[in-house]
Amino acid sequence: MVPSDLRYTNDHEWVRLEGDTATIGITQFAADQLGDIVFVELPDVGRSLDQFAAFGVVESVKAVSDLFAPLSGDVTATNPGLAASPESVNSDPYGEGWLVRIRIADADQLGELLDATAYDDLVAAG
Amino acid sequence: MPYGPHTASDRERMLATLGLSSIDELFDDIPEALRASVLDLPPPEPELELAARLRALAARNRLDLASFLGAGVYRHWSPPGVDQLLLRSEWYTAYTPYQPEVSQGTLQSIYEYESMLAELVDLDVVSASHYDGASATAEAALMTCRATRRDRVLVSRGVHPHYRQTLATYFAGGLVLDEIPLIADGDAAGTTDLVALERMLAELDRPVAGVVVAQPDFLGLLEPMPRIAELAHAAGALFVAVVEPVGLAVLAPPGAYGADIAAGEGQPLGIALGYGGPYLGILASTDALVRQIPGRLVGMTKDLDGQQAFVMTMRAREQDIRRDKAASNICTNQALLALAASIYLVTIGPHGLRDVAALGASRAAELELALAAAGAPRMHPGPYLNEFVVRVPAAPAVHRRLLARGVLAGLVLAEAEQDDPSLAEGLLVCATEVTTHDEITRFAGALADELAVAASGAAR
Repeated sequence: MVPSDLRYTNDHEWVRLEGDTATIGITQFAADQLGDIVFVELPDVGRSLDQFAAFGVVESVKAVSDLFAPLSGDVTATNPGLAASPESVNSDPYGEGWLVRIRIADADQLGELLDATAYDDLVAAG
Repeated sequence: MPYGPHTASDRERMLATLGLSSIDELFDDIPEALRASVLDLPPPEPELELAARLRALAARNRLDLASFLGAGVYRHWSPPGVDQLLLRSEWYTAYTPYQPEVSQGTLQSIYEYESMLAELVDLDVVSASHYDGASATAEAALMTCRATRRDRVLVSRGVHPHYRQTLATYFAGGLVLDEIPLIADGDAAGTTDLVALERMLAELDRPVAGVVVAQPDFLGLLEPMPRIAELAHAAGALFVAVVEPVGLAVLAPPGAYGADIAAGEGQPLGIALGYGGPYLGILASTDALVRQIPGRLVGMTKDLDGQQAFVMTMRAREQDIRRDKAASNICTNQALLALAASIYLVTIGPHGLRDVAALGASRAAELELALAAAGAPRMHPGPYLNEFVVRVPAAPAVHRRLLARGVLAGLVLAEAEQDDPSLAEGLLVCATEVTTHDEITRFAGALADELAVAASGAAR
């Protein structure tokens, strides 16, 4: 069971909303599928993201995948620890392995995301 | 393993499996207008007649010329070992191994190419390799756009016109390419106009991703590369140095003056002159840009038994994995030519390469004096290495007449740089270590004759 306080995308990103700040990462399932993550390319602070549009890239030893924004908003922070320790995305994807924080533009967009149960079903369905 | 093409029955079985009646159906997705038309070839000829015709064509090559043509590719002496080693069948294998780790020898040869070139350009990463200097330069410019997330690149008019055309082609898909003019007169005539560069970099609504400048420039002149690097970096742009590898034995390398990327033509490293190639594109960058550099990267590591092993590394952004989002889809490894460059470099060695560069510079200085005495002084006062422009009245006509007398008097700038009238009387000439004193004397003597004839014609 994935954390119940988060919302999820079909592309395996999670988002945690606190006030108007959303923290974004990728799920344990996505991290496991990618394998050992060696590099994460993130947007500059201040850039505005559009819901479901690509905003960065995660690179493992065998693949490179786009990251998709669960919600629209302006980037307020990126995880400073990932440059030196990208493997924290594998070891702690919902904690130390977070990717970006954004100030969200429209809280209603949350309704377009999956809750934990729906995301678990998605993963189970393969 | 023997190689045999598919037989007609092989093809029929494959089509039957696919449920198709003809191979043409595989191309149904491609609109008719975009398909190649039928090749309209003449009928086959008997081998003896064809060979005779090819011999007749080959005989039209002028092997008697004293050549002073450079302009991007250069005559050099290549030790016979280079071509001889290239004939070994071990090298006639996949140019880019897709199951790379079983091909340790191929990987080692690529690794050594990358290591030697990294030393020459003084940068961290070299990729193996690219089609030619022009495409490597275009890839360098695209790297600056990806790394800075900006879409405008400034290229000096001092970069080879063919490279600028290639850049324009690569940038036609929505990126912006602006040309930095050259200084018209004074001590720095013929080099990049730094005042114009500063002005272009200061256009805040059009931020610049990269600045591309050649060292030496197309006219053979040396550019103030450290200053250009400072200006580019102050504006948040990356700096691309377009280099000629032999000259790097005596000139400061890109890494020493702050270039983020170096690109250039590898032909001078022991590769024979060919009409248009095949040549070798060199591309190198700092470690900070390693995820933006297209092409193969080979690393050295240890295998499970602790033995030295070579691997293709940072591969996940290559086109076989990343498809349309690859760092480049216009990219190949010119493996045999990269190997030729490697064999040349190890054969001739660092001291030998310095000798090649220094001897070329000394022959060029001799050429400058001889041509000036013959009535064709240099057009620009600034320093050069082994190539420069001389001013000759009615240069295109004189060039033609010198050709009839067995002298290839460099490049006619009235043709190569048609939109720059200040170069209309220019001949771009070069000398290398293979240029002889006799050739220089022939050139200067023939030129003095032609200029005297022209002067007496004008007097009458």
